Amino acid sequence: MYVAVKGGERAIENAHRLLAQERRGDPAVPELSLEQIGQQLTLAVDRVMNEGSLYDRELAALAIKQARGDSIEAIFLLRAFRATLPRFGMSELIDTGAMAVDRRISSTFKDIPGGQVLGPTFDYTHRLLETQSATADDIAPASAEGKLPKMPRATDLLAADDLIERSPQASEDERVGDLTQDPLSFPADRDLRLQNLARGDEGFLLALGYSTQRGYGRNHPFAGEIRLGDVEVEFAPEEIGFAVPLGRITVTECQMVNQFRGSATEPPRFTRGYGLGFGHCERKVMAMALVDRALRARELGEEARGPAQDEEFVLSHSDNVQATGFVEHLKLPHHVDFQAELGLIRRLRAEFEAASSDEVREAAE
Amino acid sequence: MNAPQNAPAYNFAYLDEQTKRMIRRAILKAVAIPGYQVPFASREMPMPYGWGTGGVQVTAAILGPDDVLKVIDQGADDTTNAVSIRKFFQKTAGVKTTTSAREATVIQTRHRIPETPLTGNQILVYQVPIPDPLRYLEPRETETRRMHALAEYGLMHVKLYEDIARHGHIATTYAYPVKVDGRYVMDPSPTPKFDNPKMDGCPALQLFGAGREKRIYAIPPHTRVVSLDFDDHPFERYRYDGACALCGATDSYLDEIVTDDRGTRMFVCSDTDYCEGRRGDPEEAGAPQAEAPRP
Repeated sequence: MYVAVKGGERAIENAHRLLAQERRGDPAVPELSLEQIGQQLTLAVDRVMNEGSLYDRELAALAIKQARGDSIEAIFLLRAFRATLPRFGMSELIDTGAMAVDRRISSTFKDIPGGQVLGPTFDYTHRLLETQSATADDIAPASAEGKLPKMPRATDLLAADDLIERSPQASEDERVGDLTQDPLSFPADRDLRLQNLARGDEGFLLALGYSTQRGYGRNHPFAGEIRLGDVEVEFAPEEIGFAVPLGRITVTECQMVNQFRGSATEPPRFTRGYGLGFGHCERKVMAMALVDRALRARELGEEARGPAQDEEFVLSHSDNVQATGFVEHLKLPHHVDFQAELGLIRRLRAEFEAASSDEVREAAE
Repeated sequence: MNAPQNAPAYNFAYLDEQTKRMIRRAILKAVAIPGYQVPFASREMPMPYGWGTGGVQVTAAILGPDDVLKVIDQGADDTTNAVSIRKFFQKTAGVKTTTSAREATVIQTRHRIPETPLTGNQILVYQVPIPDPLRYLEPRETETRRMHALAEYGLMHVKLYEDIARHGHIATTYAYPVKVDGRYVMDPSPTPKFDNPKMDGCPALQLFGAGREKRIYAIPPHTRVVSLDFDDHPFERYRYDGACALCGATDSYLDEIVTDDRGTRMFVCSDTDYCEGRRGDPEEAGAPQAEAPRP
């Protein structure tokens, strides 16, 4: 009996049941709660919120659980949900200068006003597997001062002396682009590029950022400042005419200080690369800042030599939900086209055989 | 009673009305400029990119409560992805679905055009992976948009010519480029070139949706669609030279199925509805087939 194309419906249902079983694992082991994921796998939650571009810790935790811990699948779940949400408008600009800081470091100055604040970091831990992290009942309390109030950005200190270019300021009536509402076209402005990078795959950006450090579009970076903390989000409904606070979100920001340039009319200044993401995501925002700076090659009159400087290449391939969908779609049946290819290759082979036997005959004669 | 408090309530055919309006505008523009790729703000759908999100968005935007929907993949109604998309619309739109190409008002397809000729009250929606026929010749969107604007299609003819020089034939067997209404060169989606002539002068509206690439394009009814070729190497259809092992059709596109580990093959219609119709038992549609007769 030929069954190759029959019974799809039942097979799908069964596969879904099997998936649910696998997701749960051994029923003798207690089920993971969303609180546990939200509290103990915080960086996974942060990544999913970032690339899912939706700030909701609980939904991100749910997505991670449903996706069996697969980040990209979880990001996809969150994105698909996000696409169904109505839009009320745009928030006011967040002010990372007014951040309640948990961590803030600068590699360009030994000390800066407000100090170097290490905060919760893997940096300087020795990467030794520690059995107590499996149980960890008695964690020595840290003597942190809690969130630190407003402190100046290291890059603002440079800007005060005009040693670094100004951050571009958006004018009041200029609408920020949104690539989820309008299709991306090229060349893309920096707002859209940054949005694309913020949603972009961490691994992809990491590799691209790394490639600039190894010479494929080098831009001489210094980590001017990295800060992590909470900022207020405000929204100004048209009806009432002033901004009201919606809540606070945790963000990580990276200001990269890059090689200076000048011209006949402009004195030399350092340039900037910028990265910002939800939650604690230092690796992501540092890579993002490197790639942001690399993508400014055209604007700054640099020759684009590395893949990270190629806007169409970077922006078209950064989205892991798109990438995984298209790569994995090769699993879908393609037998109709394959049959057409089979037909052609058989014909070409027959012609090849005929031609070679002709040659043999001619040679024999 | 036990439903979660904020269980999502989705709109008819899933997409919100604002999104549908945006997609319909793109469709109208596409119909007005046959073969031109219209950018649209493609949404994240609850199925993966590359699995028909473009087609699904187009279908969602045009579907009305009275429509009858048919979904095929590789010509068949019961391939897994066709089943999945059909179920999606059953669930979100509650429309009537069918496997009959005659009965359907909207047919969403991946990789095939039904063998049954379409009529003026039908719409065929294609799922498109890479909408630009020039993409594999020039990877940059900024370049290909300019080439389309200037109708600069020399590169495509060079490619087809190089095929002939190297292989003696045009080595494109699917996604075979066509010229629509004498102006735009268009990718027909990865249908085998056997299906190309069906697009020409077709009374049904043909809509193409590429979700990941965010493009919609169209062939209005009764539009001239010409497969690119040369005078001395005219366009040729390909089908396996034989009859369907199930229905005996000699005019349909055939799937090649390996039936045992000794490499025995059988050839059957890729269009399951057409095949079942020819066997004259529509009630049997969807039921498992009895032992297939050997060729």
